[in-house]
Amino acid sequence: MSDPFIEIDHVTFGYDASRTILNDISLRFMRGKVTAVLGGSGCGKTTLLRLIGGVHAANSGRVVFDGEVINVRDRAQLYRMRRRLGMLFQFGALFTDLTVYDNVAFPLREMTDLPDELIHDIVLMKLNAVGLRGAAPLKISEVSGGMARRVALARAIALDPELIMYDEPFAGLDLISMGVAANLIRTLNDVTGATSLVISHDVPECMAISDWVVLLATGGRLVAQGTPAELMASTDPEVRQFVRGEPDGPVKFHYPAPDMAVDYGLRGKA
Amino acid sequence: MNWLAAIGAWALRGLGSWGRSALFFVDLMAALPAALRRFGLVVSQIHAIGNRSLVIILASGMAVGFVLALQMYYALATYGAAESLGLVVNLSLVRELGPVVTALLFAGRAGTSLTAEIGLMKAGEQIAALELMAIDPRQRVLAPRFLAGAISMPLLAIMFSGIGISGAWVVAVGLIGIDPGNFWSIQQSGVDVWRDVGNGVIKSGVFGIICTAVALYQGYVTEATPEGVAYATTRTVVISSLSVLGMDFILTALMFSTR
Amino acid sequence: MAKKSIETLVGLFVLMGIAALLFVALKAANLASFTNGQTYGLQARFDNIGGLKVRAPVRSAGVVVGRVTSIKLDPKTYQGVVSLQISSGVEFPKDSSAKILTAGLLGDQYIGIDPGADEKNFVAGDVIKQTQSAIVLENLIGQMLLSKAGDAGNENGDKK
Repeated sequence: MSDPFIEIDHVTFGYDASRTILNDISLRFMRGKVTAVLGGSGCGKTTLLRLIGGVHAANSGRVVFDGEVINVRDRAQLYRMRRRLGMLFQFGALFTDLTVYDNVAFPLREMTDLPDELIHDIVLMKLNAVGLRGAAPLKISEVSGGMARRVALARAIALDPELIMYDEPFAGLDLISMGVAANLIRTLNDVTGATSLVISHDVPECMAISDWVVLLATGGRLVAQGTPAELMASTDPEVRQFVRGEPDGPVKFHYPAPDMAVDYGLRGKA
Repeated sequence: MNWLAAIGAWALRGLGSWGRSALFFVDLMAALPAALRRFGLVVSQIHAIGNRSLVIILASGMAVGFVLALQMYYALATYGAAESLGLVVNLSLVRELGPVVTALLFAGRAGTSLTAEIGLMKAGEQIAALELMAIDPRQRVLAPRFLAGAISMPLLAIMFSGIGISGAWVVAVGLIGIDPGNFWSIQQSGVDVWRDVGNGVIKSGVFGIICTAVALYQGYVTEATPEGVAYATTRTVVISSLSVLGMDFILTALMFSTR
Repeated sequence: MAKKSIETLVGLFVLMGIAALLFVALKAANLASFTNGQTYGLQARFDNIGGLKVRAPVRSAGVVVGRVTSIKLDPKTYQGVVSLQISSGVEFPKDSSAKILTAGLLGDQYIGIDPGADEKNFVAGDVIKQTQSAIVLENLIGQMLLSKAGDAGNENGDKK
C-alpha cells in the first residue's frame, strides 16, 4: 500500500508548562491520500500543522517528514522541507499589499529563478485551476472571502508541493463555496498525487472527500481514526456525539459550575 | 512578604523583556545584509516611512523656526544682543531641536504605523505564511523597514533644521527687521560644521535606529487582537520618546562638553 | 509602473535631504570659510591663554587666516603652548607677535597676529616668540585699584 508521508510519533507539545496541547499523539498520514483531522476547537489541530511545518519543536516525540526527522534548529533542512509543502491558512493570510497575481507569483519569485514569462504562465495556470484566472489583476481588498481562500489555495500550490495542508478550509463559507473548496481539495490531490491534510470541524464535507479521518479531543487526545464510513458507523459515544453534532454527550454542554441552588441564592444551602 | 515576591517577579519580567528585545535587535542586525541585497524593498519602505512623513516634518520645522525666532528675539533684545538671533536659532535647531523633535514626530507618525502594520501582519498570519514558505520574515519584512527608518531619520532631521532656519529667516529679516547679511554671517562664524551640524546628524542617526527598532519590536511581539495592536502602538510612542530624550541627554553630555 | 514612481519619489526625498544638509553646512555654518587648502603649523607660547579654545580662529587685521589646533601646558616652563595651522598662502615675518584678543566685549577669544618687519618669514614648525597673554579680568581690576591707590598716595604726597 502507500507509506506514510508524515509520521507523528508519540508527540507531546504545549506552548508552556501549564497547557498541554498535544498529548502523546501518534498518527500517520499516508502518501497520496486525503486525511482529515477533526475535532472541537482547542484540540490542537492547528498546532499539529505548525509542528509538521517545523515552526515549533515537539516537547517529546518525533515528527517525521518523508522519512526525515524534523529538526527545528536545522535551517537548511527546514528550507528544503518547506519547499515541498504548501499551506492554506484559515483566513488566507494573503499579502494585503500585493495583487492577486503577485500573491500567487510570490513563492515562484522568491524560491525559483524562473524568468518572468514562465512565472506568468504558471501563475495563470494555478489561478485557472481554482477558477480565478480572470481575477489576476485585482487587489486583495477587492476580493470576497471565498475568493480570497481560493487565491490562497492557488498560492499554496504554486510550487507544486508534495504535501498540502489546509487549516479550516470550509470555515465561514456558504454552501456553494464549500462545495467548490471540497471539490478542489479532492481533485488537486488526485491529479497531482500530493498528500493532503485537512484540518476542520466540518463533518459532512470532510467525510465526503477524505480517505482517512482522525478525531482529536480537547487536550490533544486521539479519540478515534478510520475511514469515513467506519467513523460514521462507530458506537463510541464521543465519536457519535461529534459526527452527529449532538449538543450534549461526553463533551458536556454546561461549563463546570457550582450547584444551582448556591448560585441563585436559594434558601439556606451552603 | 507577597509584595517582595511581586517586585521580584516584576523585575525578572522586566529583565526578560529587555533580553528579548536585545536578542530581537541582534537578529535584526543579522538580517541586514540580505535586505541590502534586495534594495528594492528598502526603497519602497523609505517611500512609506520617509516620504510620507515629509509633510508633518516640514510643517513642524517651519512652525518651530518661526516661534524660535520670535521667542529668542524677545529674550535677546533685553540684552541688546538681538543681532545674535541667527546664531541662537541655528544652534538650537541643528544641535537639539532638529534631531529630537524630528525623532518624536517620527516615532508618532512612522513608528506607530510600523507597529500597527507588523502587528496586523502577524494577526493575519502573514508572518507565519512567510515562515512556512521558507522565507525569513526578518529578512523580508523587518530588516528593510529598519534600514528605511535608519536612513530616513537623519534626512528628515536635517530637513527640519534647514527649513527651521529658513522659517526663522522669514521672521527675523522679514518681520523683525534684523539685517539679513548679519543673520547669515553670524551663523557662519559661530556654527562649526563638524561639531554642531555633524553631531546633530549623528544624534538623528542614533534616534532613527532607536525609534525604528522599538516600533518593529513592539509590532512583532504584540497580541494579535485589536486591543493588543492599540496597546502596542502606544508603547511604541512612549518607549521611543523616553529613549530618545534619555539618549539625547547622554549624547549631548558626550558631544558638547566644553573641553 | 507604480514601482518607477516610488523610486523617483524616494530619490527626490534623498536629494532633498542632501540639499538641506548642504544648505545648512554652507550657508549656515562655517564650511565655506574652511581653509580647504594646505596649511602649515606654527607654535606660540603664552603665560596665560585665558579663555582660548581649540578651533578658535587666528586672525590678522581681523581676517581669519588659520585655526588653533591644540593647547597644551609646557611642564617645564609652565607656559601655555598653542599650536596653530595657518593657510599656506599667508606668511608672516619672523618678528610678528601674537596676542590673545576678545571678539567684542564678552565674546569668544581668538589669536591676533600683528605682522613685524623682518625680511625672513616664519616657516612650518617655527615658534612665535613675541606673545601677549590674554587679559585676565581680576588682574585688570587689581591693577586699576593699585593705580588708584597710587594716585591717591601721590596727591597726599603733593599736598604735604
